[in-house]
Amino acid sequence: MDIFRSHVLVCGGTGCTSSESPKIMDKFVEEISNAGLDKEVKVVRTGCFGLCEAGPVVIVYPEGCFYSRVKVSDVPEIVSEHLLKGRIVQRLLYHGETKEIEMSLDHIGFYKKQKRIALRNCGVIDPERIEEYIAFDGYKALGKCLTEYTPQQVIDIIKQSGLRGRGGGGFPTGLKWQFCANEKNEQKYVICNADEGDPGAFMDRSVLEGDPHAVLEAMAIAGYAIGANMGYIYVRAEYPIAVKRLEIAIGQAREMGLLGKDIFGTGFDFDIEIRLGAGAFVCGEEMALISSIEGHRGEPTPKPPFPAQKGLFGKPTIINNVETFANVAQIILNGPEWFASMGTEKSKGTKVFALGGKINNTGLVEIPMGTTLREIIYDIGGGIPGGKAFKAAQTGGPSGGCIPASHLDTPIDYDSLISIGSMMGSGGLIVMDEDNCMVDVARFFLDFTVDESCGKCPPCRIGTKRMLEILERIVNGQGEEGDIEKLEQLGENIKNAALCGLGKTAPNPVLSTIKYFRHEYEAHIRDKKCPAGHCKALLSYVIDKSKCIGCSACAKVCPTGAISGKIKEPFEIDQSKCIKCGACIGKCKFGAIEKK
Amino acid sequence: MTNVDDKAMRDELIQFIAEQKKKPGPLMPIMQKAQSIFGALTIDVQELIADQLGIPMSDVYGVATFYSQFALEPKGEHIISVCMGTACYVKNIEKVMEKLSEELGIQPGQTTPDRRFTLEATRCLGCCGLAPVIMIDDQVYGRLVPSDVPDILAKYEK
Repeated sequence: MDIFRSHVLVCGGTGCTSSESPKIMDKFVEEISNAGLDKEVKVVRTGCFGLCEAGPVVIVYPEGCFYSRVKVSDVPEIVSEHLLKGRIVQRLLYHGETKEIEMSLDHIGFYKKQKRIALRNCGVIDPERIEEYIAFDGYKALGKCLTEYTPQQVIDIIKQSGLRGRGGGGFPTGLKWQFCANEKNEQKYVICNADEGDPGAFMDRSVLEGDPHAVLEAMAIAGYAIGANMGYIYVRAEYPIAVKRLEIAIGQAREMGLLGKDIFGTGFDFDIEIRLGAGAFVCGEEMALISSIEGHRGEPTPKPPFPAQKGLFGKPTIINNVETFANVAQIILNGPEWFASMGTEKSKGTKVFALGGKINNTGLVEIPMGTTLREIIYDIGGGIPGGKAFKAAQTGGPSGGCIPASHLDTPIDYDSLISIGSMMGSGGLIVMDEDNCMVDVARFFLDFTVDESCGKCPPCRIGTKRMLEILERIVNGQGEEGDIEKLEQLGENIKNAALCGLGKTAPNPVLSTIKYFRHEYEAHIRDKKCPAGHCKALLSYVIDKSKCIGCSACAKVCPTGAISGKIKEPFEIDQSKCIKCGACIGKCKFGAIEKK
Repeated sequence: MTNVDDKAMRDELIQFIAEQKKKPGPLMPIMQKAQSIFGALTIDVQELIADQLGIPMSDVYGVATFYSQFALEPKGEHIISVCMGTACYVKNIEKVMEKLSEELGIQPGQTTPDRRFTLEATRCLGCCGLAPVIMIDDQVYGRLVPSDVPDILAKYEK
C-alpha cells in the first residue's frame, strides 16, 4: 500500500459540490501532479464536513488545516505554499465569529461540543470506496453479529442501548425489531426511510452522501435480527448525489460478498434495492411509504396492523430512518453501555441537527442528547447574524413548533421538546430573528401541509385547509375577533382525528406560535399591524421628512412611480400606488424610509 | 417532444417493463423510466404502461397525478426548481422567485413559450446551508439575491 505524507480532503457534499468543489478537486490533482507530488500527496473526495457556511471546504492533513470558501484559483497557492514549502496559507483559514484565525477542526467552536457517531465517517472517508469504509471498522459489526451473536442477542443489544427512531417519532428501535422478529413468516423486509421531507433537514442526505455503507451494513444487521433477506431504501429523487453513491456502494458490497448470498460464509442472505420517491411528503409516513413502494398512491392506512405485523406486500416489515441505521454498527462494536452513557434518561446517544435560517454557522451538527438550545445556537451555531435578536427556533418541520427565547435553556431530547409544544422531528432547526413574523411562519407551514396532504382523511384534507384560510385572512389584515380561538379548536380536533402522523401533527406550528406569540396574532387581528414588519398587506412605507434630503434616489428605483417630490426637498410616497416592494429602502443612504 | 409512436423509445420502455414485471411493486420505477424516455407521462404513455402491465388505466393515472414529480405534459428544456423549504423561506426565497417570474415572464408551474424553461416551486432541496437556493436541472445555485438571477439564466441561453 502506498504511504502518502499529506492528504487533501475536498468536501463532496451537495453544498460544496454546487460551489464548484469537483473543479477544485480536479485542479488539486492537476497542480499536485505538475509539482511532482503525486506520489506524496493524495487527494480525497469526502462526504460533508458539516460546516456548510464555510464551503467549499478543503482540509489538509496531517496539519488538519481547515481552508474555507476555497476557489479554484486558490488551489495553485495551496499546492505551492502549503504542500511544497510547508507554509500554511493563512488567508484561507477559517475565520470564526471571533475573527481570530482558527486553524484546525479541534479549535473551531463549531466542532468543539460535537460528538460525531452517525456522522463519524462523513468528511473523513471517500464514500465511493468501500476499502476506506472497511479500514474504519466497516462491516466488522455485521461480521460480529453473524458469527458471535444470535438474532435475539442483536435485538437485546439494540434494546439495551436505548436507541430511539431518529426520523421523528422516537419509537424505541430495539422494540420495533422485537415485534417484527416475533412474527412467524418466511418472508420479511427491512426498509430504510430516506424520504427526508422535512423542510430544513438534510442529515439523511449527508449520511447517504458521505457514508452510504454505514446504512447498508446496518440494514443487513437488522435483516439478520428480524429474519429478513431483502431490504429497500426509499430515497428522494431530489437527491441525485445520494442516489448515485448508494448505487455504487451496493455494487461494491455485492462484489465483495457483503451483500447477496451466504454473507461471510454463514448462510445468511441479504440484498438491497433502491426505490426512488417521486415528490410526496406524506411518503415519509411509514404506511404511505409502503404503499408507494408497492406502486400505489402514497396514502397511509390505519394502524393496527402495524408494519411489523403486516407491512410491505403484506409481510412483516421494519422501517427505520437513515440516521437510526447510521448508529447501529457503532452500538454493536462499542457495546450498548457506551451508547447509553450519552444523553438523557429517556433519550440516549446523540442527535444530528441541521442548523439553518438566521444563524452564523449553517450546517450539520451532531450533539449528545440533552444539550441546550442555547449551546446549539450560540456556542456551536455562532449566534444570529447582523446583531439581530433571537426570536424563535423551529424544530420538527411542519410537524413541530416554534420555541421562544424563554426556553433556550431547555435540554433538548424527545420528551422535553414535546413538553414545550414542539417535537424532535428529523432534526431540522431553523433559527428566526426579529424580522420573521410568527403568524406568517405558521401560515407557511400550513400552506405546505395543505399542499402535501394526501386527501384521504377529512380532518387533514378539510381541516388544514380551513386553518390556512383563517391564517391567510389574518396576514392580509382581515383577521377577526375569535379567529385565534377557532384556530385552537380546529387544531385540537385535527390532532385527535387525523389518520396519520402528518395530519396529527399538522396543527403544531400554529398551536405553538399561538402559545408563545399570541400577541403577534392579536396585533395582526386587532391593530392590523405586523410587529415584525413582514406582512406586506399590513405595512406601509413612509418617508421620514426630517431625514430625507431630497436626492430622488428612491423615486428613480420605484417601479410604480409612487414616489415624487422636488429635488432637495423631502419626497413623499403615494400609498395608493405603492406595491410595497421595498426597492426604495435599499436605495436610501440616509435611513429616511421606514416600514410601519 | 413526446412521441409514443417512436419505435425505439417504445421498445426501450416495453423491454424495461418486461424486466421489472418479475419484481414486486414495479409501477413506480416503470413510470419514472417512462418519464425519462418520453419526457412526460401523457395519456398515450400511461395507456401503454397499463396495457403492458395488465392493470387498469385508472391505477396508472392515480399514481401519475399523486406524485409531484410526474408530469402529464412535457416540461421545458431546463427545469428551474425554486426551493420553498423553511430555511430558504426565512431568507427571502420569495424575492428570488418573483425575480425569476419577472425575467421569464411566467408564473411558477408554467413553461416559457419557447419551451426553454419550466419554473417550479419545489420542496426542500436539502441545501439549507446555502439558503436561499434554486436548482436548474441538477445544478444547485446557492446564497442567492434577486440580482443574481439574470446572470444565472444567461448561462442557459444558447
